[in-house]
Amino acid sequence: MKKFSGSVLFLDRADINTDEIIPARYLTENSKLALRPFILEDLTLPGFDPSTDPQKAGVIVTRGNFGCGSSREHAVWVFEVNDINVVIAESFARIFRQNMFNCGMLAIELPPADIEALFKMGPEVEISVDIAKEIVQATGSTKATFAFHLNSFDKELVLAGGWLNYAAQKY
Amino acid sequence: MGKTIAEKIFAAHRRDNPSGENVVLDLDVVMCHEITTPIAINDLVERGLDKVFDPAKIKAVIDHVTPSKDSKTATQAKILRDWARRHKIIDFFDVGSNGVCHALFPEKGFVRPGYTIIMGDSHTCTHGAFGAFAAGVGTTDLEVGILKGVCSFRLPETMKIHIEGTLPKGVYAKDVILYIIKELTVNGATDKVIEFVGPVVDAMSMEARMTLCNMAIEAGGTCGVCMPDQVTARYLWPFIKDEYPSEEAAVEDFKKWHSDSDARYSSELTFDISQIVPQVTYGFKPDEVKDVTELEGTPVDQVYIGSCTNGRIEDLREAAQVLKGRKLAPGVRGILAPATPLVYTTALDEGIIQIFLAAGFCVTNPTCGACLGMSNGVLAAGEVCASTTNRNFNGRMGKGGMVHLMSPRSAAAAAVQGVITDHRTL
Repeated sequence: MKKFSGSVLFLDRADINTDEIIPARYLTENSKLALRPFILEDLTLPGFDPSTDPQKAGVIVTRGNFGCGSSREHAVWVFEVNDINVVIAESFARIFRQNMFNCGMLAIELPPADIEALFKMGPEVEISVDIAKEIVQATGSTKATFAFHLNSFDKELVLAGGWLNYAAQKY
Repeated sequence: MGKTIAEKIFAAHRRDNPSGENVVLDLDVVMCHEITTPIAINDLVERGLDKVFDPAKIKAVIDHVTPSKDSKTATQAKILRDWARRHKIIDFFDVGSNGVCHALFPEKGFVRPGYTIIMGDSHTCTHGAFGAFAAGVGTTDLEVGILKGVCSFRLPETMKIHIEGTLPKGVYAKDVILYIIKELTVNGATDKVIEFVGPVVDAMSMEARMTLCNMAIEAGGTCGVCMPDQVTARYLWPFIKDEYPSEEAAVEDFKKWHSDSDARYSSELTFDISQIVPQVTYGFKPDEVKDVTELEGTPVDQVYIGSCTNGRIEDLREAAQVLKGRKLAPGVRGILAPATPLVYTTALDEGIIQIFLAAGFCVTNPTCGACLGMSNGVLAAGEVCASTTNRNFNGRMGKGGMVHLMSPRSAAAAAVQGVITDHRTL
């Protein structure tokens, strides 16, 4: 199982799309690792530098409808190869969310008030996710715990290390 | 309690229920292109699982960057090409026979009512126009689809959209779907199937229905779907004539998939489109839509007519009506990418290609081309394109570029005027 903890990259906007996460011009790469430098390259947010900010993070916290647009799993792989295995958002686009679980990664939905509380904890916060207990633990100058729900199938995919491992065994 | 078309298709294809919320479906068709499939192929090879569940149910095409533009895209094409040959995938379309997947595969008769279809491409929702459940998926889903012929989905809720009234002159399926997405917003249909019903849909051709369903994903929808009817049967007839004694018999049979009158919907919305005008996007999200009258006069550098949304013969005919006897405005570049070889040859036969050329357009081979800025037609920073494609994300057609989505007729009007124009005034 992957590591589901780390410092947080806050992306304060809804509807961040797959083209912003990994632009189409990099879809000609045939290895996941080759995507690493291009993470969030086309995302323009005040104070956000895609060339340095994602390198420190293990977790992304963001707003609604994250990962909308294209079906490109490159948008998940570019996080995976940057050691970001958790995205916490108000909601996700369907294909992006499924791609996360299919890769044994976590797409966690929290209510807007919880997301706002995480944003308020500030950039120094560290997050760790307990899948068994279904809680997000955030530690900064204060501590907070947020409960989430994981569909039992999605949980099995994470435990199996992804959909291919699961399906190759079962079907 | 009745069932929706999606619920009927799910019930008929259920392989497994791994949880109360999830279903694993047997797949009728797995579609593949050269951008999202090669990594799946490489992974299967590395795992010692280089097999396909059924070569007859796999359809593959090189369409995003074709002919290959550099070593990397040549490698992607080669991986797909070698794999198709190795596994005896008959329905593989390479340079010369290839075209935009969501235009090419329906044209070949690969899509039928009641089918389950996946592809590593978000606009796979297009095929719901035939009364199929068709969904875009990532590479891992595609990989499992190739290997095992299954895919998992959450149980779908369905949003029913009634399109009422009559389509005004000069307003097309593209305008209708942009108008609807503006209301739904970019996540208004997330995790939902969008069922399009009503007299406007009934009167639409399959080409127009594909335009409608193609953009379901732009509202977050899993699939857009239309009830299969006589229009569907007429389109499919060359491919199904050995299966049914008559078109009427096919239409009768298709009714088994129709949503029941007492089916349950997560929501129902009605749009009366009798009064709408041509629609155009203005921002970086496909729900940022205005009446063309509000954007008139916006200068454009490039006009792109093509794609899985609007690169079909009807689209070219509409654009050609505007372009006939006219020229591109000074300084404007026009690019036409007929979506498939059949669209191309039909347009040649009808004199449409000549009209585009005489107007000063560059006519490319069938390809996804400029739509996602991967091959030709890429915008420079600060440039603006009037485009018949489906997505106007920041940087989509080239870093720093701006894309205004519109119908082919509106795009042709922008081409000859050099600015966004209400084509009804020409």
